[in-house]
Amino acid sequence: MDYFLELFLGGLTRGSIYALIALGYTMVYGIIELINFAHGEIYMIGAFTALIVISVLTLMGMNTIAILVIAGVVAVIYSSAYGYTVEKIAYKPLRNAPRLSALISAIGMSLFLQNYVRLAQTPNFLSFPNLIPDFEFIKPYAHIIGSTEIVILITTAVVMVLLTILIKFTNTGKAMRATSQDKTMAMLVGINVNRIISITFVAGSATAAIGGVLIASHIGMINFYIGFMVGIKAFVAAVLGGIGSIPGAVLGGFILGWTESFATGYVSSDYEDVFAFLFLVLILIFRPAGILGRSGKHEI
Amino acid sequence: MECALKVQNLSMDFGGLRALDDLDLDVGRNEIVALIGPNGAGKTTFFNCITGIYPPTEGDVLISARGKDRLERINGIKPNKVTEKGLARTFQNIRLFPNMTVLENVMIGRHCRMHAGILGAVLRGPSTTREEKEAVKDSYAILEKIGLAQFVNEFAKNLSYGAQRRLEIARAMATEPFLLLLDEPAAGMNPNETRELDELIKQIRDKEGISILLIEHDMKLVMSMSDRIFVVDYGRKIAQGTPNEIRNNPVVIKAYLGEEADA
Repeated sequence: MDYFLELFLGGLTRGSIYALIALGYTMVYGIIELINFAHGEIYMIGAFTALIVISVLTLMGMNTIAILVIAGVVAVIYSSAYGYTVEKIAYKPLRNAPRLSALISAIGMSLFLQNYVRLAQTPNFLSFPNLIPDFEFIKPYAHIIGSTEIVILITTAVVMVLLTILIKFTNTGKAMRATSQDKTMAMLVGINVNRIISITFVAGSATAAIGGVLIASHIGMINFYIGFMVGIKAFVAAVLGGIGSIPGAVLGGFILGWTESFATGYVSSDYEDVFAFLFLVLILIFRPAGILGRSGKHEI
Repeated sequence: MECALKVQNLSMDFGGLRALDDLDLDVGRNEIVALIGPNGAGKTTFFNCITGIYPPTEGDVLISARGKDRLERINGIKPNKVTEKGLARTFQNIRLFPNMTVLENVMIGRHCRMHAGILGAVLRGPSTTREEKEAVKDSYAILEKIGLAQFVNEFAKNLSYGAQRRLEIARAMATEPFLLLLDEPAAGMNPNETRELDELIKQIRDKEGISILLIEHDMKLVMSMSDRIFVVDYGRKIAQGTPNEIRNNPVVIKAYLGEEADA
């Protein structure tokens, strides 16, 4: 039973990180119907930024919790700036072009960012220090769940609640929903659609950066290529849940996390990815629009 | 007469096709003006040019908000800026935000009049909260006027056809326009709904002091409420005048009914 619980919580942790990154895919898709392939790279840049900040602040000898928080904040700001810029450079000029053009532009942006980080930083793996302290209260359960996992779960929950409040209850959120339902009409009721699209990219990039810092702390290693696989997995999570749907992205993330965790635990870790993608194929056969997706018009 | 909207020599080309040709039109303060013409005459294109969806090929769109005596040129600016300047419009086919509630649809219209940015929205300072409360209150008041107050929490897509049309007008009103552009507001309405619409539009003009420019095919409605009528055909203005003048204008009759056969 403990083993099951360990796998369950492990899957939940993994799933929440997929969910954090899947949110960015799904929000952007909901608003401009574009698969932002550069999104995984934004997450990678978030992890790199955090590592640089951590290295500098550790040299200055700061308190570890403060370092982690500052690193997180800087990573969020930096990644958001990247997300904003990528949209302005690579997608905005193609707003009225066929959707395939924007998709190719996204793939190009993804490759560019990967190689840019490879040249600017290093092609090697770097170790990412885990600055999350071991909490006392977790000691008795240490065989099931660690403090890093706890922090990941709590952070994810907080981010998701904030995002839900933003979209459901604020003026900006209303404008985002209106833009995703009818762009021209949104403009005609006085919404600055370009600004709303920028906000969507910034919000998606910020959640990806948080995911980046968390997963780097969890795994302990980063390089320029980490964005690719996690990006694909998060994209799978978004499609699984129904792309364009925010609860769908979260659900998809958890399902993917559990699938991987149980497959690794009960079958073999070699089959981790096989199961994840097998699950995707099965769901898409029976529910082509994803679990919570509606066929037809997508929205956030 | 004081002008709310003045359009001068407006032309719009799509490739080699001239959809609008040298059109002049003006709407006075507190006036109801109708734009009529056969299908494909360019009426909706004309609205699209005024509201910034298409930049006109030639000519000027000038507006003057309430209390300003100078005319301001607005062609070429973006639709959301046009709305900020005080023009609002509805569409021929209903374009509500179907998966939002009636109240949210109206509140979206208030968006451009609100100042809180994203930071304010997340941090929820007192000014943001106050602003949002006011937006809810104002939106209720508008729905009350339009007669949709009992549906506030209903999804827009669940309203009846007539109610959806009214909601479009409510949303447009929420942007605080001085000029309202209505594109076939009575299309698909039954005689009862049309009569109510007639009253509603007159009320908007009389009580809110909003000038109205409408495209409409229902001649009874047009004749009963318009102060002046402009007739277009093939993108050109073929006549203008009071309802009585238009009714008896041979050019208009020809455009609508075709050439009279020689007996």
